[in-house]
Amino acid sequence: MLLIHCPWCGPRNEDEFSYGGEAHIVRPAAPEAESDAQWADYLFMRTNRKGLNLERWVHTHGCGRWFNVARDTVTHRIEAVYGMGEAPPVQSRGGG
Amino acid sequence: MNEQRFRLFAGGRIDRERAVRFDFDGERYTGFAGDTVASALLAHGVHLVGRSFKYHRPRGILSAGAEEPNALLQVGRGAYTLPNQRATQVELYAGLSATSQNRWPSLRFDAGAVSSLLSPLFPAGFYYKTFMWPPSFWLRHYEPLIRRAAGLGRSPTEPDPDRYEKMHVHCDVLVVGAGAAGLAAALSAGRTGARVMLADEQSEPGGWLLGSKTAIDDAPAVEWIASALEDLRSMPEVRVLPRTTVTGYYDHNYLVALERVGDHLPPGTGGARPRQRLWKIRARQVVLATGAHERPLVFRNNDRPGIMLAGAARQYVNRYAVRPGESAVVVTNNDSAYPAAIDLSDCGMQVHIVDVRSRPPEAMAAAARQRSIEIFAGHALVAAHGHARVREVTLASLDAARTGYTGTPRRLSCDLVAMSGGLNPAVHLFSQSRGRIVYSPERGCFVPGESVQAERSAGAANGTFPLAYCLSEGREAGKAAAAAAGFRKRGGLRSPKVEGEREQPAEAWWISPPSRAGAPLNKHFVDFQNDVSAADIALAAREGYRSVEHVKRYTTTGMGTDQGKTSNTNAIAIISQTLGVDPSQVGVTTFRPPYTPLTFGALAGRDIGELADPVRTTPMHDWHLAHGAAFEDVGQWKRPWYYPAAGESMQDAVDRECLAARNAIGILDATTLGKIDIQGADAAEFLDRIYTNGFRKLAPGRCRYGLMCGEDGMVFDDGVTARLADRHFLMSTTTGGAARVLAWLEEWSQTEWPELEVYFNSVTEQYAVASISGPFARALLEELATGIDLGPEALPFMSWGEGRVAGIPARIVRVSFTGESSFEINVPSDYGLYLWTTLMRAGARYGITPFGTEAMHVLRAEKGFIIAGQDTDGTVTPDDLGLGRMVSRHKDFIGKRSLARPDCRRADRKQLVGLLTEDPQTVLPEGAQIVDRVLPRPPMKMIGHVTSSYFSANLGRSIALALLRGGRERHGERVVLPLPKRRVAATVTAPVFYDEQGERLRA
Amino acid sequence: MKYSIFSLLRNAFSYHENWPAAWRSPDPRSAYDVVIVGGGGHGLATAYYLARNHRITNVAVLEKGWLGGGNTGRNTTIIRSNYLWDESAHLYEHALRLYEGLSRDLNYNIMLSQRGVLNLAHNLGDLRELSRRVNAIRLNGIDSEILNPAEIKAMVPILNTSPSSRYPVLGASLQRRGGTARHDAVAWGLARGADARGVDIIQNCEVTGIRHSGGAVEGVETTRGYIRTKKVGVVVAGHASVLAEMAGFRLPVESHPLQALVSEPIKPIHHCVVMSNAVHVYVSQSDKGELVIGAGIDAYHSYAQRGSLPVIEEQMGALIELFPIFSRLRMLRQWGGIVDVCPDASPIIGKTPVRNLYFNCGWGTGGFKATPGSGWVFAHTIAHDTPHPLNAAFTLERFTSGALIDEHGAAAVAH
Repeated sequence: MLLIHCPWCGPRNEDEFSYGGEAHIVRPAAPEAESDAQWADYLFMRTNRKGLNLERWVHTHGCGRWFNVARDTVTHRIEAVYGMGEAPPVQSRGGG
Repeated sequence: MNEQRFRLFAGGRIDRERAVRFDFDGERYTGFAGDTVASALLAHGVHLVGRSFKYHRPRGILSAGAEEPNALLQVGRGAYTLPNQRATQVELYAGLSATSQNRWPSLRFDAGAVSSLLSPLFPAGFYYKTFMWPPSFWLRHYEPLIRRAAGLGRSPTEPDPDRYEKMHVHCDVLVVGAGAAGLAAALSAGRTGARVMLADEQSEPGGWLLGSKTAIDDAPAVEWIASALEDLRSMPEVRVLPRTTVTGYYDHNYLVALERVGDHLPPGTGGARPRQRLWKIRARQVVLATGAHERPLVFRNNDRPGIMLAGAARQYVNRYAVRPGESAVVVTNNDSAYPAAIDLSDCGMQVHIVDVRSRPPEAMAAAARQRSIEIFAGHALVAAHGHARVREVTLASLDAARTGYTGTPRRLSCDLVAMSGGLNPAVHLFSQSRGRIVYSPERGCFVPGESVQAERSAGAANGTFPLAYCLSEGREAGKAAAAAAGFRKRGGLRSPKVEGEREQPAEAWWISPPSRAGAPLNKHFVDFQNDVSAADIALAAREGYRSVEHVKRYTTTGMGTDQGKTSNTNAIAIISQTLGVDPSQVGVTTFRPPYTPLTFGALAGRDIGELADPVRTTPMHDWHLAHGAAFEDVGQWKRPWYYPAAGESMQDAVDRECLAARNAIGILDATTLGKIDIQGADAAEFLDRIYTNGFRKLAPGRCRYGLMCGEDGMVFDDGVTARLADRHFLMSTTTGGAARVLAWLEEWSQTEWPELEVYFNSVTEQYAVASISGPFARALLEELATGIDLGPEALPFMSWGEGRVAGIPARIVRVSFTGESSFEINVPSDYGLYLWTTLMRAGARYGITPFGTEAMHVLRAEKGFIIAGQDTDGTVTPDDLGLGRMVSRHKDFIGKRSLARPDCRRADRKQLVGLLTEDPQTVLPEGAQIVDRVLPRPPMKMIGHVTSSYFSANLGRSIALALLRGGRERHGERVVLPLPKRRVAATVTAPVFYDEQGERLRA
Repeated sequence: MKYSIFSLLRNAFSYHENWPAAWRSPDPRSAYDVVIVGGGGHGLATAYYLARNHRITNVAVLEKGWLGGGNTGRNTTIIRSNYLWDESAHLYEHALRLYEGLSRDLNYNIMLSQRGVLNLAHNLGDLRELSRRVNAIRLNGIDSEILNPAEIKAMVPILNTSPSSRYPVLGASLQRRGGTARHDAVAWGLARGADARGVDIIQNCEVTGIRHSGGAVEGVETTRGYIRTKKVGVVVAGHASVLAEMAGFRLPVESHPLQALVSEPIKPIHHCVVMSNAVHVYVSQSDKGELVIGAGIDAYHSYAQRGSLPVIEEQMGALIELFPIFSRLRMLRQWGGIVDVCPDASPIIGKTPVRNLYFNCGWGTGGFKATPGSGWVFAHTIAHDTPHPLNAAFTLERFTSGALIDEHGAAAVAH
């Protein structure tokens, strides 16, 4: 069971949170202008990083706030927690 | 059999004042408090306790602990019965009843042992090579035969009468194991003031010290244990948990332990206490002092009852005061068997030592010889003899290459073989923590490598075997763990004084060669429980199953209930010998949780029965119950499904309810629909982006039905949203979708559009909602309402107003899911039941009739209103539902771009239609598939399916909604629905069957 | 050597010391016609059918660890073909039919055990969905039927069918031909079969790069050297995205842990497979006596072959709800695999943006049951550079066109 540091509530067990998938996927400003392929890329294609992954979590059974986490998907080590809209303090990288 | 013939007259950790009666295989025995079933049986000279899995070979007690592969018993009766209990760990209690397993008709005469005669035909993996011809025989004959042979003990056949509970704790230092190293670690960590937990598997702390005659500080070790425990008890932040096995080491230093609270008591006598307690521990630092397991030696018939591990024999003598036989052969590749031999000799047994090393340890050998113990150095056991008990062994002198024998073999008679192949550190938890274990050639075993989590191993678990080192390593580990957790204390603890021990290295010795050069290995067992022999392992390697995982899976070695605690290292060594590589190159199998088997009930805890999932009920629930409602589970909610009157069938009741709603008044408890309060300067803009249709222009006081899509353009929820004020909306959602929709809104608001000022609150449980429908609904409400004009001009369809109903502040919303003129009355929850009963009383003269979800479904289907999740399935767009007009062209919304993808613009998409069966009495089953043409046999091309289908009492016929390929263009066409035993023809129609213009709705 | 009772007898006289290796352990050659990346069931099946159906035998299967060590050796061994959509039903049914003849075809007993698969319904929505599914499956020519609670009780007497339980069992679908197979045997039998037809199976050989030029694949870099090849088929389950990144594109998949566990072996007491979508558990009993129990995926994305305890705790609660008599039994071993999940819970089998590079991935929780069918159609796709009719719909392109095959209801548990 992961121990996740909610920026608002502090360290809590994983089962208080919900996983929100890959972070920093930008919704196109003008979806109508996107080609089908570009739209599919936004909608479905994922980096699915093996290694340090930038991802979103929400403290569902706590404050309800979303935030970003840099977590290694092989070791499950959490390197950083940062706010929505903030730039990642570490870069996603392959590994494992 | 009350005579404990093999009980020593003195010593041991048993309470001779408390005799305990028990029975095994129908025979009555007596032991003492402090005994395990194994020690009590051995006190009576009973060694044969089980049969092996595959060959049904007679098996005895191998060990004295968790590693036991053989002595597995069915313990307890009736609902309390437990299969596969290790006799070496089951504490004796009064009235305990145990039986042997996997034998028929009896342990001594087991018909299954015929498989042992056929064993030449059953090498590893034999089942992959046969049972294939004739093909039809596999399922009918061969497999049932194999299945009949499956399993060891029997499952209970009644529900579990016991309770289980869970504890969630944090600590600074968790010490696993209260042997020498663990106690030392807990002491040094505890004195820093850190919160320390010390968990130990056994009934009393002390580990192997309990069964040794070693002195610490010039006194018996048990005295040191007692004083250590006293010190620990005096530390307020230290918690000692006996009978508690740490079974799992998970991410982020999260560990799980099982405390056996009541297993040592007669079943059903624990009172309010649970049977077991699952501890979930978040530890800042962990010290693993889990000890080591002794390895068996591999020789022919090394599985005979009476052959046990040397350390275990010592435990039985010293801890349990049991003499495990009359005459012992102690066979070893290391020093640890010498003290065992001496202890066995001192309790009156005749003892021989067989040491595969040519140079036995001098001092120890001298001590042995003083006791007239004969030592055969440079010898190995070739074979054991005997059937239900070892009778004799053959030993021979090893040749220089140590791959064969020289000289004449000799025979020694004995009834006990105590063997030691060296120690395996119990690295299970370390490995679970993702640490890599490494092979140590000097120690001939696998030891922990670098730590990955906040953890350190100490003592035998770390490959450190001499007691003095265990104590100092434990002390240092405890201190370092506390320091890492932020707790320090000056000054060291004194190191206890221990008798000098200097051991000679163990010889890496794995398997006795066959009696003659070139002879096949036969019955040299490696995994006792699964009857895996050295020949099986060699066969696997020969056949190409060379990875240690392949060998394990092909031969099933290490896959028994002991998970290979005694067999894994021997198996790896034999693979390495077969392949001619170093053991370190063979690799190891992954140690997976749990360390020892973990009760399902303890994992489930209290979350079973009525606590399996919370039950949500509305404030009117008691009324529904009192009025005989049948309920439907919708998510966690209990909703009235229909209200059968005396003698009514479900259809009768639903018909009556439907007719009432259209001809008098129907009343529905609509409390469960999700209600989300939405406020903020940008609330309207936000809703515009969420819903497919526009909300910015919705006037305060008005309501609008909205469709919500996923970003993939597929409908996922719907509902009516009321604009309460310029910056204030109240959204309703489906009952099952409420939580999902709220999460959806929060996600978009927080992650994508944080610049929009908008706030969400679930108010589902703040309001109770009664919805009244029908031609007299307004009349009834006018009787009860004050301060609000309910006329169709003042409060038209799709608007809301506030007033009082029966004196209660209420919001009245003119929405309708039935298609009748309807009033949805929202009141604070506490008034829900009062509102409902008041409406029922006042409505009696109008024929007010409560209706449930079934009638609601019928009524809405008559109108062609969809239910998201029933008429949609995640593949349906708004246009597919005929709701294309609700898809705004003037703004973007979630999912809009997806609707422009080629597949979403196909003309032959499945679209919502109505279906009228040719026979109006025939009600199509929901889920029926539609075809154009029925073929004599499948496959047939399906073009759609029925999503909703009912008998409509109002229309006097059946109606159905369906999703049909290109359906909008097919109104009037005939389709067929092939069902398992019949087929039904139907005509495609528009999906509205009643009041197409909506006049009643707006009335 | 042909496996049979007679060869067992014959070898018994020589103490089983003359059995040949089930497959060779060759060193990789410098070039092959086709390289299959991934020595799990699907990869081995692909190689086997390339040789058997298409006579393409200059093939290497590259496995970074040991054969069948990924999801093939970690799943709960359930086999069934009760899928909703035509495309899936036909694909899985093809696999089931191949399974039914696989032991004979391979001369390796995969211990297919068709004891029936029950999918339980616990609410009216479940029942509706079940009926839709059963009707569709039947019209696709696949066996499927609906049982009422009394019929379920008769078939599984130890199941809790009490109407007063929190989520009572209201009905079930039954596929009698469904069941289990011995997962390792599937991998080993296919490996032996492929090897016998000339395929090189190379273990401990990890692919570290995919070379392509001019939009077409040229070869693969491995830990045992560079291998030239005309075609590459990638079948690496959870690691599909890692391989795709080597080739320069992304996939619509996410990798998640999927956990399973077994009980200690007990005498046979549970004969079919019971799956429950609503209470999130599935359970069967193996021929060794262990209860084999699975549940849903862990929510977060991970390449670690382990999951979180809460998933197991929830699964045990569900198990005891359904089978109250199992409460005192014990978990012997828990483990996890890495499954790659597609947004529509259907696999991707076909071409990629790189010519002559083919991917077979995204099986999520359902790959084992498809193993021979997946290999069959993937081999066809590689051999002909065009999909087999059975996998024509399972393209990567569908995520652009929107023609998804949404099988979320068909997965053992809702994601």
